[in-house]
Amino acid sequence: MDLRFTPEESAFREEVRTFIRDNLPREIHERMRLGYPPRKQDTIAWQRILNAQGWAGYNWPKEHGGPGWSPIQRMIFLEENLSAPAPELLSFNITMLGPVLIQFGTEAQKKRFLPRAANLDDWWCQGFSEPGAGSDLASLRTAAKRDGDHYVVNGQKIWTSTAHNADWCFCLVRTDPTAKKRQEGISFLLIDLRTPGIEVRPIISIDGSHHLNEVFFTDVRVPVENLVGEENRGWSVAKYLLGNERTGIARLGKSKERVRFAKEVAREVRKEGRPLIEDRGFRARVAQLEVDMKALEITQLRVVSAYAKAGGNRPDPLSSVLKIKGTELLQASSELVMDVGGPQAMPVWQQELAALANEPAIGPDWAPQMAPNYLMLRAASIYGGTNEIQKNILNKAVLGL
Amino acid sequence: MDFDPTEDQRLLGDSVARLLASEYSFEQRKSLLGTPTGWSERLWSHYAELGLLGLPISEEHGGFGGGPVDVMLLMQAFGRHLVLEPYLATVVLGGTALRLAGNAAQQGEVLPAIAEGSLKLAFAHGERQARYDLSDVRTTATRRGDGFVLEGAKSVVLHGDCADRLVVSARTAGREDEPEGISLFLVDAAAPGVARRGYALRDGTRAAEISLSGVALPREALLGPPDAGLPIVERVVEAGIAATAAEVIGAMEAMQAMTLDYLKTRQQFGRPIGDNQALQHRAAEMLVALEQGRSMAMLATMSLEEEDAAERARAVSMAKVGVGQAGRFVSQNAVQLHGGIGMTEEYAVGHFFRRVMVIEHLFGDTATHLDRLADQVA
Repeated sequence: MDLRFTPEESAFREEVRTFIRDNLPREIHERMRLGYPPRKQDTIAWQRILNAQGWAGYNWPKEHGGPGWSPIQRMIFLEENLSAPAPELLSFNITMLGPVLIQFGTEAQKKRFLPRAANLDDWWCQGFSEPGAGSDLASLRTAAKRDGDHYVVNGQKIWTSTAHNADWCFCLVRTDPTAKKRQEGISFLLIDLRTPGIEVRPIISIDGSHHLNEVFFTDVRVPVENLVGEENRGWSVAKYLLGNERTGIARLGKSKERVRFAKEVAREVRKEGRPLIEDRGFRARVAQLEVDMKALEITQLRVVSAYAKAGGNRPDPLSSVLKIKGTELLQASSELVMDVGGPQAMPVWQQELAALANEPAIGPDWAPQMAPNYLMLRAASIYGGTNEIQKNILNKAVLGL
Repeated sequence: MDFDPTEDQRLLGDSVARLLASEYSFEQRKSLLGTPTGWSERLWSHYAELGLLGLPISEEHGGFGGGPVDVMLLMQAFGRHLVLEPYLATVVLGGTALRLAGNAAQQGEVLPAIAEGSLKLAFAHGERQARYDLSDVRTTATRRGDGFVLEGAKSVVLHGDCADRLVVSARTAGREDEPEGISLFLVDAAAPGVARRGYALRDGTRAAEISLSGVALPREALLGPPDAGLPIVERVVEAGIAATAAEVIGAMEAMQAMTLDYLKTRQQFGRPIGDNQALQHRAAEMLVALEQGRSMAMLATMSLEEEDAAERARAVSMAKVGVGQAGRFVSQNAVQLHGGIGMTEEYAVGHFFRRVMVIEHLFGDTATHLDRLADQVA
């Protein structure tokens, strides 16, 4: 038993870190350091830089354009990218669609979609949730009826992140409404969002931003060649997608980066005549977070190393532990950052608009994203299977309750 | 990076598990608790035969030549059965002091005797006023002639009642809480002037109050460098933290298993209480805490050989906090999910609860270590 990284793994970390430092555009880095989410063009620009380096399909096998990294290298890469901070690879393209096409796609689908997904020539989004199908995904109702060489899709998806940026959507649709079990009769379809009959409507979330959407399908004609896997067997495709290596799910690099940022700002703001960073209560809170992050880091290493040993695509039920603790820490670190800002975190500082209008700067540069990030991250324990669903998974898969 | 035990470790683990399965049922343990010593000499010899007492002792001294990971796996197994024998006191605490500070003669005499089971040690460092401050030592060792005279008292000395030799810390210089000026001595527990009063801790393990009045020691009793004993004390305590962290993991595993079993069998309202999602989620949260705690116990173990003292201390403090919090959460909820039966002396869960409680209050509690970490935030 040994917790240390091998010299090769440490060298790999150094290589990734150096590459990011030398290639991440300064403006993107500075915005993200201040807590701004990457803009569409930031995500595209960075993913293309990584793709040119051969790293965008970081978890794809070599023959499909991936770098052929070990699970531990993948973990190191994700952590370095998050803690830089740099824009994350578009997970819809890389961790969701890519592995699904590699496992279930036809040769034509792989050839057509994989390189474009890696290079973010196509921006994908995920059409799973519906108004009546949240945690209970198998109750989805969006219908796809076969009509010659096409499926005709009617229905509604919701919580579709980045659909307004997207070119394509991978969707779960019901192709057999008469199937005995609800999990049967579902198919996995690739839908071009430029097809007539699709309407994307924004949902503004509590952080004041537009990440989420509703997507309406009215008589949308989708070529049969866009079916992934067999008709009516889409549930196993979806399960593969959701159970696919989830070691990045803890997003630990992000929490670390946010705690670092909180400490930076805490050197600037004051409490009782001293920098906040010298305050006992603040330091104890940071220390507690650092303890919890350390524990999660090792738990993650255990999961990754078990995964590396097992070799196959076997979802580890302990990845639910990573999801639960990882999102709790993301949320806790976003609370810490906001609380450091105090009253300065509360105004809606329209700093970018002010700059565009040539008005004088308003508010400290570290302040505008503090509250929005806290607000947006309330979703972390909801998306990707709510933390309550994760506990159900642990009960079923590990505890046998 | 590797989280798997070696083949040797697996074999050792199997034989320990077999031994404890046949010798350490809850009932067997209860009868041991009722004996005057509170543990079993017979099993102690068994441990010696299996090589457990010499596990971290070098082969040159009759040991097995194992490392922290071997001790971790053993302590985890001990934790699952709430083993009562003075392993922590003798092999981990006393043994570490000897290995770090003993000269060739001291090691040559003591370590083989530990390994063969003929000698027990206790680590007599804590004092009544000191709480968790390792440098707070009032006991004095005054030079007289060629040797020393000890004067003072040691408190809550784990298994101090049955030890043959004591590793005693005393001031050879400096004020009460100065880091410098502490020296360690190897003292015969039967020496004139040593008086011991033994008692049980809340979990049934034994400890003692030890008074030292005019205990005359030869020069050779000095263990390690004079006036510079504190770094050794710290490393002994770190070894104790890592070992008890592993023990807590074993205890948490046992409580988790008992609780799951109870949730599946206890019927109320015509169905197992584990059908209730509120209880299922609590059980899942216990699992999350257990796994996070397990990670931290590994961290403590694997940090023991870290050369950089500050980094080592920091990792061990993190582990003490993480395991302390996990242990508290799992044990409190294990009792809660058992309901009334969990409150009874005759049921096992409360015994695990108390072992975890006692361990949290050894070697610096959660608040103390969190405070140390808070001091280092930068």
